[in-house]
Amino acid sequence: MDNAIEKIRQSFPILHQEVHGKPLVYFDNAATTQKPQSVIDSLSRYYYHDNANIHRGAHALADRSTGYFEKTREAVQKFINANESAEIIFTKGTTESINLVASTFGRKFISAGDEIIISTLEHHSNIVPWQMLCEEKGAVLKIIPINEAGEILFEEYEKLLSPKTKLVSIVHASNALGTINPVERIIEAAHSVGAKVLLDGAQSTNHLEIDVKTLDCDFLAFSAHKLYGPTGLGILYGKRELFEEMPPYQGGGEMIKEVSFEKTTYNEIPFKFEAGTPNIGDVIAFKYALDFIQQLGKKYIKSHEDELLAYANQLLEPIKGFIPVGTASNKVSVLSFNIKEMHPFDVGMMLDAKGIAVRTGHHCTQPLMKRLGLEGTVRASFAVYNSKLEIEKLAEAVAQIARIKNK
Amino acid sequence: MSSIQEVQNEIISEFEILGDDKESTIFYIMELGGGLEKFPEKEQIEENIIKGCQSKVWLIADEKDGKVHYQADSNTDITKGLISLLIRVLNDRTPQEIISADLDFIHKIGMGGIIGSQRSNGLAAMIKQMKLYALAFQTKQNA
Repeated sequence: MDNAIEKIRQSFPILHQEVHGKPLVYFDNAATTQKPQSVIDSLSRYYYHDNANIHRGAHALADRSTGYFEKTREAVQKFINANESAEIIFTKGTTESINLVASTFGRKFISAGDEIIISTLEHHSNIVPWQMLCEEKGAVLKIIPINEAGEILFEEYEKLLSPKTKLVSIVHASNALGTINPVERIIEAAHSVGAKVLLDGAQSTNHLEIDVKTLDCDFLAFSAHKLYGPTGLGILYGKRELFEEMPPYQGGGEMIKEVSFEKTTYNEIPFKFEAGTPNIGDVIAFKYALDFIQQLGKKYIKSHEDELLAYANQLLEPIKGFIPVGTASNKVSVLSFNIKEMHPFDVGMMLDAKGIAVRTGHHCTQPLMKRLGLEGTVRASFAVYNSKLEIEKLAEAVAQIARIKNK
Repeated sequence: MSSIQEVQNEIISEFEILGDDKESTIFYIMELGGGLEKFPEKEQIEENIIKGCQSKVWLIADEKDGKVHYQADSNTDITKGLISLLIRVLNDRTPQEIISADLDFIHKIGMGGIIGSQRSNGLAAMIKQMKLYALAFQTKQNA
């Protein structure tokens, strides 16, 4: 194995185990990535030494946790090159980040007859909040179609845009197929009709360089746990002027300036959107995940993952009965496939018996599966700690399984 | 005809031979599905789908000479194998035998560990549906 990858693997204790008597091959990274030792250590250190509620405590521990907590906000700001850390809101995850925008931006800026555009590639979490909003407001949801390879049809998107378009909410990289959308062009076109853009970055922020200033997106939603960080923590980036105009999301502590029974005034951003005690320990630990990524560099991560994806395609394509799903020219390291005459659930279970963890099913993208005429797929998704040797194991396993029905 | 307990014991010893080898066990379950009686295509309808299963499972039952006869199908081979085990144990027995059957082979062969929690829920849904059919036939017999 490549020495550099072996060294990276050393930082992930979970990878060094056997399942069903076979060494674990973890290829379910698009669902969640594993955590480096530094993140795990930070979590236990926090509860051992630093646990305190933040921002208002009049004691040393509170001061310390507040400091660490806000350090992560600054680290996230740098990670996506936002203008200021006040533009970073901590949420429960990508889903909540999107729901926050649907609920507050939606409340203020969406009215009857307005249009919201999403694409066929979306995860349910970037479909359902908009359906709910449209139903409530009498707005209309428009869907960008895709081709057989799983790429959006840009000309069709342009046709959907009009002065009625208030928001384009689109996935940066598809969780089910790996397709990377041409978001720069999508954003520019949306802005030309005065629409705002929310980028679902759940599957892109861990692979691609993200610069919200260059992209000029209005919102960016992503999750810490897909970035080698803890679960239950998400990020919502938004431009200051928008966040300031948007009403609060939930009411409670932290988000207020002054409360009286007659009238309550709200806190400044980002606190206006962070009611209640936040997920302090996980926020603090997330900084170590970001450090891990920065130390390796996205360029290195992407090139290694590209190499793994290309190698997997090379080894799997010749297998009789192998059907790739999603063949876009620009992809993150997601390999979705089916085996002729076999149900993805069966394939997944047989791979699991061989120690290989993949995801099977519709990947929370039922409309996409319907468009492709599929019930589901088997999805292997690669992270920086995966090796070529593991890809070889996958190919060997898939070949064996495919032979059952494809002799 | 062997009793419900005897058939369960047969299954337990078959799985004992497979031991802890998950791969062979899964493969064996899939092969068992191949032995299912051919399911009538016209019965592959929404009403016959068992709710609570992740994969599609169709189940029908009829009664002949006071005994219940099941037929089932699924779109996944592992599920076919699982339901074929249940049919092997419960088919062509009286409603009362089916209702009071304690299907301890599932626990004894460690099925939960083999198929995982989601599929175990599906398996429980299959058993429930089979028992519900038996209960319906019993009610009809007693009417």
